[in-house]
Amino acid sequence: MSVEITTPRFKDNAKKALADLPLQGALSKVGPGFIGKRAAAAEKLPEFDALRDSARDIKNHTLAHLDLYLERFEAKAKEAGGHVHFAVDAAEARAIVTDICKRLGAKTVTKGKSMISEEIGLNDHLAAAGIQPVETDLGEYLIQIRGEAPSHIIAPAIHLNKDQVEADFRRVHAHLPPERDLSEPTSLLAEARGELRQKFLAADVGITGANFLVAETGTSIIVTNEGNGDLTQTLPKAHIVLASLEKLVPTLEDVSQILRVLARSATGQDMSVYTTFSTGPRRPGDPDGPGEYHVVILDNGRSSMLGGQLREVLRCIRCGACMNHCPVYHAVGGHAYGWVYPGPIGSVLTPALIGVEKGRNLPNASTFCGRCEEVCPMRIPLPKLMRHWREKEFERHLTPATQRFGLGVWGFFARRGWLYRPATRLAIGALSLLGRTKGRFAALPLAGGWTQHRDFPAPQGDTFQAQWRARQAERRAASGRGVH
Amino acid sequence: MTAHTSPDGARHPRVGLFCTCLVDTIRPSVGFAAAKLLEDAGCEVAVPPQTCCGQPAFNSGDRATTRALAEEMITAFETFDYVVAPSGSCAGMIKTHYPELFTGEPDWAGRVERFCAKVFELTSFLVDVRGVTCVEAAYDGTVTYHDSCSGLRELGVKAQPRLLLSSVEGLALEEMKDADTCCGFGGTFCVKYPDVSNAIVEKKSANIAATGADTLLAGDLGCLMNMAGKLQREGHAVRALHVAEVLAGMGNAPAIGEPAAREAKR
Repeated sequence: MSVEITTPRFKDNAKKALADLPLQGALSKVGPGFIGKRAAAAEKLPEFDALRDSARDIKNHTLAHLDLYLERFEAKAKEAGGHVHFAVDAAEARAIVTDICKRLGAKTVTKGKSMISEEIGLNDHLAAAGIQPVETDLGEYLIQIRGEAPSHIIAPAIHLNKDQVEADFRRVHAHLPPERDLSEPTSLLAEARGELRQKFLAADVGITGANFLVAETGTSIIVTNEGNGDLTQTLPKAHIVLASLEKLVPTLEDVSQILRVLARSATGQDMSVYTTFSTGPRRPGDPDGPGEYHVVILDNGRSSMLGGQLREVLRCIRCGACMNHCPVYHAVGGHAYGWVYPGPIGSVLTPALIGVEKGRNLPNASTFCGRCEEVCPMRIPLPKLMRHWREKEFERHLTPATQRFGLGVWGFFARRGWLYRPATRLAIGALSLLGRTKGRFAALPLAGGWTQHRDFPAPQGDTFQAQWRARQAERRAASGRGVH
Repeated sequence: MTAHTSPDGARHPRVGLFCTCLVDTIRPSVGFAAAKLLEDAGCEVAVPPQTCCGQPAFNSGDRATTRALAEEMITAFETFDYVVAPSGSCAGMIKTHYPELFTGEPDWAGRVERFCAKVFELTSFLVDVRGVTCVEAAYDGTVTYHDSCSGLRELGVKAQPRLLLSSVEGLALEEMKDADTCCGFGGTFCVKYPDVSNAIVEKKSANIAATGADTLLAGDLGCLMNMAGKLQREGHAVRALHVAEVLAGMGNAPAIGEPAAREAKR
């Protein structure tokens, strides 16, 4: 699904999301569902934090030598009979995939979950070329039949409830008996399974993402809980892997380290149910496997992030822990972020991929509570990187004029203590007098953002500094009297 | 400046109290409570002229202003043995973020590092540096304690305020659900994205109310103003106070957002 970018309208999106009761119902389960499970998994593994350090170091090393590992991966994948394609941007990646599908005369392609596919808007492009894409991850399937973008990077349909899914199935699976019972999640699952089974068998090409690309062996790896990825990549004539270039890791040993923090951070599982390694196409004597194996490695602006502060975000392994622990994500859900990547990771990545002009809302829409950084298995300093975007925004004068003006006035006074102290005394004294009877304000000029939702306390009176000086003077006078 | 020594030979470290701009303007009683706790812990307290640590500018992407304010802060406070703030947010700003403001300035590197090493949040200073385990204070009520984000995650402030509170006579602590989840204040965030901020503080307010506690405590005035303002708007009769006020035995003064007249009642 090609996603219209609504990130510049984040505030309106958020407002709508906050008023959307079914969405709020679904979101209320995100925190309780994920946070406790991750905490329990981390608790059970004494070396969890040491593994995080190790995972971070592996990716840092890889990113520092990315050219080397890309070359190595390409050579090893070719050795195994695979094809490696490098795509500079989304258009190139789409063209490479479409060309392969056309050459093979593909009518339908099955798809395992791939955020890169979302990023490059592949489905619309395939459909326009007369090729029907079928998402086979249950969550992706749901949002595909609804024409939506994913609202979470590992649980794309987390914004939906069971009743909505039932209504969608009745609408889309019109060939099935209308009187069938879909009241239980298991019956919904069975129906999706039945529908998808035929698609798996009919597909000409299978497209998956990749959690890792292993340089030492030329292997792509996916982790799933549904097993749909395996059927997607082994049954059709060709398997196309879509991956961005930071998915590289040097060795299988490195993968095994990072896998130990991935599922634990994401869902609290020790491991995902399926971890599937693909190296090249079917070999003579193999019982199954695709006839062709292609890996499309997408840059789309990432190589330009390698040289600066944003390099750290390229360590991301897309576990979703940051959004699972984010109070803003819990409040508004993933669609409010307005593009493909929501939550804290989206707030850092989105401005890099769509530009800070369009993406500027996201790094601002954070309380900097720091919980994302606290749980990130790759120790990405997400608040620091969001601040990086705020600095870019400020440098380029993209900050809204009123905010910039307010900050400027405050900064002018704060940098001149001799002016600041009398000015605050004056303002605070007046405010204190005004609010003395009630102790607080229900409305205040210029503070509507605050008082729209909450009261503002009346200042106690004079400033602390002024009162302290007065007290010290009294003390000195008293001790002076004592001496004489 | 050197530490003074009292007649009994005990060392009295000189502490520069950074009251924070919110305490300075909105709730000076927190500053006096902090000063009392520091003096009770054997410190000599001074309050040098000050403005702001620079966090609002820092989080708005204005590095030049932040750098200028940081320089003033360091100049004003670096002669003290310690710098203590009744706020995890401001202390965290200084301790964890000042060094990066001076990267590429070798003249400042060592100076900033030395300065940051002596900056502390109030309750962690009392417990971790001064070894305080109990305070002489009484508070008749059930309190719930909110862990403010920066103090918790940048400075590890969690056990210290609870340890000190456990020594307050008559006080019972009732933990709220998700005490370590953000209250939605976020500095300028709460006015830039008021609706999102409100959704977050609504959850916090519900968790506070669900404890049945009559008093909300926290170590940061910004978060407290946010939560108190929401509780009051929703009509909850929960008093909100800075933890220092209760620890200093000043918990019966009018709470945040209460009229001064209340004083006589308690």
